[in-house]
Parts: sequence; C-alpha cells; structure tokens
Amino acid sequence: MYTASFLTDPDFIRILYIVAFSCFIVGLRLLNHPRTARKGNMIAAVGMAIAVIATLMWDFVGDYWLIAIGIAIGTAVGIPAARSVKMTAMPQMVALFNGVGGGAVALISFVEYREALDHGGNPALEQLIPILFAAIVGSISFWGSNIAFGKLQEIIPGRPIQLPGQQFINIGLLLVAVGCAVAIAAGTEEQLLFIVILLSAALLGNMFVLPIGGADMPVVISLLNAFTGLSAAAAGMALDNVALIVGGMLVGASGSILTRLMADAMNRSIANIMVGGFGGVTIAAGDAGDKTARSTDAASVAMQLAYARKVVVTPGYGLAVAQAQHTVRELADELEKRGVEVSYAIHPVAGRMPGHMNVLLAEADVPYEQLKEMDDVNPELPQTDVALVIGANDTVNPEAGMPIIEVGKAGQVVVLKRSMNTGFAGIDNPLFYNENTALLFGDAKESVAAVLAEVKDL
Amino acid sequence: MDLVTELTILVLAAFVGFEVISKVPNTLHTPLMSATNAIHGIVLLGGLLLIGEATGFLDELLLVIAIAFGTINIVGGFLVTDRMLEMFRKRD
Repeated sequence: MYTASFLTDPDFIRILYIVAFSCFIVGLRLLNHPRTARKGNMIAAVGMAIAVIATLMWDFVGDYWLIAIGIAIGTAVGIPAARSVKMTAMPQMVALFNGVGGGAVALISFVEYREALDHGGNPALEQLIPILFAAIVGSISFWGSNIAFGKLQEIIPGRPIQLPGQQFINIGLLLVAVGCAVAIAAGTEEQLLFIVILLSAALLGNMFVLPIGGADMPVVISLLNAFTGLSAAAAGMALDNVALIVGGMLVGASGSILTRLMADAMNRSIANIMVGGFGGVTIAAGDAGDKTARSTDAASVAMQLAYARKVVVTPGYGLAVAQAQHTVRELADELEKRGVEVSYAIHPVAGRMPGHMNVLLAEADVPYEQLKEMDDVNPELPQTDVALVIGANDTVNPEAGMPIIEVGKAGQVVVLKRSMNTGFAGIDNPLFYNENTALLFGDAKESVAAVLAEVKDL
Repeated sequence: MDLVTELTILVLAAFVGFEVISKVPNTLHTPLMSATNAIHGIVLLGGLLLIGEATGFLDELLLVIAIAFGTINIVGGFLVTDRMLEMFRKRD
C-alpha cells in the first residue's frame, strides 16, 4: 500500500524527528518571558507527541500492548503527581523527575547491552561507548536524585552526612565503574561487569549527594538535571536517534547553565560544593559580642512602610516555610493602595531550587513585573526607603562571601526573623547590628499579619 | 549514522541549548527545569525502539519500567510546568 509505505519510510520518520526537536528549541526559546512561556511549554509538548508517534511508526517497533502498559502506568502516576504537588514541594518533584529520567536511561542501556550479547556479542564501539556512558551517568543520576528527594522531603536528614575518607570512596567507586567500562570496551563480553558498573555508579550517586547540605540543593538539583540530560543524549547516540540526542543535549545544556549560575550566586566552585559538608556546619556560634541589635514592633514597622515611597521586599526560604506568601502579597496590596511602590528582590538561590521563590510568589498572585532579579534591584536599593527582609539571612549577609541583595544600602532595613540564630552558612550577620536595621522577632506569617493589621488601622 | 555525524549534531545541539537557555530569566528557572524534566522524558523513545525486538521476560519488564519512567517525565513534566506558568500573571 502506498500510504503505509510512506508512513514507515525511515526518512519520513527522521523528518518528523527534526520537526520534534525544532519544537523543543522554539519552546525553550519562548520560556524567556513569562508572557510567552506557557505557549513555549505547549509547543515543546507537541514536539514530544510528534517524536513519540514518529517512533511508533518504525516497522520494527512492536509489542504494542507492552508499550501501552508502560505508558498507562506512567500516565497514571504522572498526572495526579503533577496536579497535586504543592509549589513548596517543587524541588522534590523535580528531583524525583530527574531520577526517573536517569533510571530510564540506565535501564535502557542495560537492556541494549543484554540484547547485543544475545545477538552475538558486544556492539560496535560507536554504540558501546555511549551505552556505557549512559549506564554510568544514568545510574548516578537516578540514585543521587533519590537521595536529594529524600533530603528535601526530610525522609533523610538534610544535614550533610559524611563518612571518613568519603572522597577516596567516591574516587574508588568511579574508578571501579570506569574500569569495568573500559574492560567491556576492550572486548570483554560479560554481563556481570555491566551490573558492577550499574551498582558502583548507584553507590556513587548515593555517596555524592549524602554529604551535601540543604542550602546547596539548588546546585545539586541542577547538576543532576544536567546528568540526566547528558545520559539521555548518550542513549540517543547508542540508538542512532536524532530526537533523543538533541532533546537530551538541550537538557544537558540547561542543567549545566543552571548549575553554573547557582554556584556563581553562592560564589563557590562546583567542585567545592561536591566535596560537600558546607550546609549546616556551624562556623561561628552566632556570638553577638558587645554588638546590640535593635528590635522593633509591628506598629512602628507599619508606620515606616506606609509612609515610604519605595519598599523592596526581600524574601528568603523562611517566608515559604512560614507559608507567609499570601499575607505578604496582601500587605503589598495595602501599601500600593497608599501609593507606595513595592517590588520583590529575589536572590538566585532563594529557595530550594533555581527560581523557586518566584514560583511561590507567583502562586500568591504577585504580578511578575514586581519580581526583580538581584542584579537589577541592587542599583535601586540606595533609592529605596525601606527594605523588608522576610525569612532571608545568608542572601543578605555582607559576610556570607557571595553576591547578596545589598539591603543595607536602603534607607531603613526591617528584618523579620524567628530568632538570632545564624543561617545555613553559620556566619553571624553584621547587617542585624547596623544603625538603620531594626528586627521584628517572631513567626514570619504572624509578624506580617500584625504589620498588615497596623497598616490598615493607620 | 556514523559517530562523527552524531557528535556533530550533539555539539551543535549543545551550542543551541546554551544560547537559547541563557536567555531564560531567573524568574522562570523553576518552570525551565520542570520543562527540561519533561524533555528528557524523550528517553521514552529508547524504550519504544528496543521493546519490539527484546526477548525474554526480564528485558521486557525492564523496558516497560523504562517506558513508564519516561512517560512520568513527559506527562508530569509538561503538566506541572503548565500549572506553574499559568500562575505568572501580569498586574491587572
């Protein structure tokens, strides 16, 4: 039949793959602005549908009922998870999704190797090397992501867990995995070696995320995202599939950029973070010495805010923990009614993953025009009357050794804080002892609500 | 396809990826990451390509799991990204 032969024509299918990866690129391109982002996501989804349908058209693709079972299970898990996940839990969700992708890559490469052995031995090197790479990186990504999920979900303690000689163990595990891979590539035909690769990479994935503390999670999640993408691209090379190569590589690029941005935002090298042990380790004991911090009350803060011209709210993860986003937005609305200009200064590592704080505020109906990036807001701070810091510490700490939101340059600084404890970095914050800083102690949500009530009464 | 052609595609894709994604603002980094979660669900294709010729219960089982994993990525990833992006609104 003419139509049937045209549909299963390899070149037709390959052209559909080109359409599919073009959709991915255009979709990602549209993610550069909140106005077009939603359309971009939909275009990428259409690209994915085209890629899947095109693949089903290959004449050697079969076992349709098994495929249907797999897709049905995935859909049954994916839809409810995506619908019900809370925005505060997005980092966990993304970690889990990274892991699932890495797991799929590892499984696929394992099966591809087993099938090759059944059909007469090791595949050609140009297939074999990507298979081995995909197996190692996919397995690291799967297990590392599961640990990251466990930490974010607080199933596993968020503090760094370190074994003595951790670095040597990690290097040893990597050597075992790579050594077995080299042995296979050199011609050894042995499934057991492949299993050893998967297992040592799995252990390595566990060991490399366990020592990383909560504050470093944005870097880890980005890195695992890059790993999963790269392993998918490798699987694409092994399977001669252009859509898979390009799709995987786009994710690899995205994850790499985000990893770099997050590390830069903390002024730390990626290697330094991988060595771990940063988050949660107390360096200084928060000793105030002879410095005194000035505390204030809700009524005074309300006065300061209501009579200001320009207020910059600087939220940190503490805001999300206290679930104070909506109350903060109500306060901002109330201030705007009084003619105060309100914006939000968002540090790149505020929250538990890149951009997390923006999503939490968007959920609370904060318009995106008010969400400002660190580099845009810092020059505006000297003209700002009041900087309101809510649940942030390290990201406004001049001694934290990283780029910060320079709230100290604003006319007045009000810090909403639970206690005088130090942040993740464990470094005492000199901002708190500045003359123009006042601290309002208490739960972030209750404090904001109290200030809001006072503003309404003015 | 030979290895060099594939590497060519890989490297070009990397440059396109860096170019396109470096233009995404901080504000949208979380949706970007969940959208890329969905895109790496494309490993689903690997499962589809192998399952027809796979023999034996273990291989088929592993591939069904891989297909399910890939589908979770695709369906869950695009859906949750859409949910997030819907929340980014202009001031009315």
